[in-house]
Amino acid sequence: MLKQIPLAELHRALGAKMVDFGGWEMPVQYTGILEEHRAVRAAVGLFDVSHMGEIEIRGPQALHLVQWVSTNNAAKLADGQIHYSGLLYDHGGFVDDILVHRVSADHYFLCVNASNQDKDYEHIAAQNRWDCAVENNGPRYAQLAVQGPRALDTLQKLTSLPLAEIRYYRFRDGEVCGRPARVARTGYTGEDGFEVYLAPAHAAEVWNALMDAGREFGIKPCGLGARNTLRMEAGMALYGHEIDASITPLEAGLEWIVKWEKGDFCGRARLEKQKAGGIRRRLIGFEMRGRGIGRDGYEVRVGGQPAGWVTSGGPSPTLNRNIGMCYLPADLAQPGTVIEVVVREQPVEAVTVPIPFYRRPK
Amino acid sequence: MSYPENFRYTKEHEWILVEGDTGTVGITDHAQKELGDIVYVDLPKVGATVEAGKTLGSVESVKAVSDIFSPVSGEVTAVNELLAGAPEKLNSDPHGEAWLVKIRLSDPAELGSLLSAADYQAYLGE
Repeated sequence: MLKQIPLAELHRALGAKMVDFGGWEMPVQYTGILEEHRAVRAAVGLFDVSHMGEIEIRGPQALHLVQWVSTNNAAKLADGQIHYSGLLYDHGGFVDDILVHRVSADHYFLCVNASNQDKDYEHIAAQNRWDCAVENNGPRYAQLAVQGPRALDTLQKLTSLPLAEIRYYRFRDGEVCGRPARVARTGYTGEDGFEVYLAPAHAAEVWNALMDAGREFGIKPCGLGARNTLRMEAGMALYGHEIDASITPLEAGLEWIVKWEKGDFCGRARLEKQKAGGIRRRLIGFEMRGRGIGRDGYEVRVGGQPAGWVTSGGPSPTLNRNIGMCYLPADLAQPGTVIEVVVREQPVEAVTVPIPFYRRPK
Repeated sequence: MSYPENFRYTKEHEWILVEGDTGTVGITDHAQKELGDIVYVDLPKVGATVEAGKTLGSVESVKAVSDIFSPVSGEVTAVNELLAGAPEKLNSDPHGEAWLVKIRLSDPAELGSLLSAADYQAYLGE
């Protein structure tokens, strides 16, 4: 039985194609992935990402637990500030990648991947040596992502929070449509935008109000299909693709979320050992040169020999090229390496390029 | 969209229109809807031999790759060159301009196992 997000019925009524995504029945597209993708790059799109998990850590020693389980330095967060971080196993592989929100010194709010939330919760609870209250609160929150250059104009119509004052990776608690909401300037699209956390009971009302508010800008409801092409262009990792339990942040190009100066944390010893011994494989982008589309799981060859695999791949609607990311031996994971992606048994030429593929105009 | 009466259909969502000894093959409107935005089409070369029920080529949408299965056996006599540059035509006109290949039938009796428009729509539950 698939888990239902609060607005599943509403999405079906909008004509969404629903798919099983990690056990949730989720909208993959409404009118079409390309159109939805372009709406986010050019104007504004609305995503229901209520499947995402929320884990809350409370208590006088909450920071200690957060610091132990995550790789980034949460001691540097101010109230209302957010950072991207990693939850690692002892062996240095990813349990998950997460957003850590500091609500207050004794309250941290973690946004985690939908299909990892129970595993994350158990992992964190098992490391809780600081008597914190750890709550797995996914079902208590719906999450709507308003993304694109007109996201601020759209959302501002529905809230008295001064959105322009909320800087990137900051959040404020307030009201949207008069309903309590946490409004974060974050996203998974490479565009400006906001992620709004609210009670499931208010999600339909706020969704509909956002669609009305964005109508003058050409807002489109967007599914997971466009979310994937958007995040891929922006070079953002997706758990189960670029990262998983067998991949460390150093391999995934995510050393920037590993703060060595913060002290000990779960997985640190293995990362130090890996760094000292040399990192054998790294993530790199590629663009197809030959005809064909490299997709997740396809083999990558260099000089005719197996060398790695594609983690995510597909057409880039913004660049109008076929792009992807792959793991390669570290010495080959530099821009400009000619590789072959094995597309349905046919090696097709591609060339490695830096990640990200797309940066929004400032 | 309606399903033309003079086509025959497969349960894998291909259609064929037979004129003389040659059939024009495409994918159905249902198939293009299921696939979503089509961005790439891989087809055999003229002169290739194809077999009923075996892979004829593939279509790729933004999200996924799908095989196209040949409704009949025979030899490919033409490939729709339009699709290499404009695969999105498969979304807008799957039963017309965006045909895939023409096949000279080696065993016309195979047509008997294909679905009529009415049967295909019943199969789709429409």
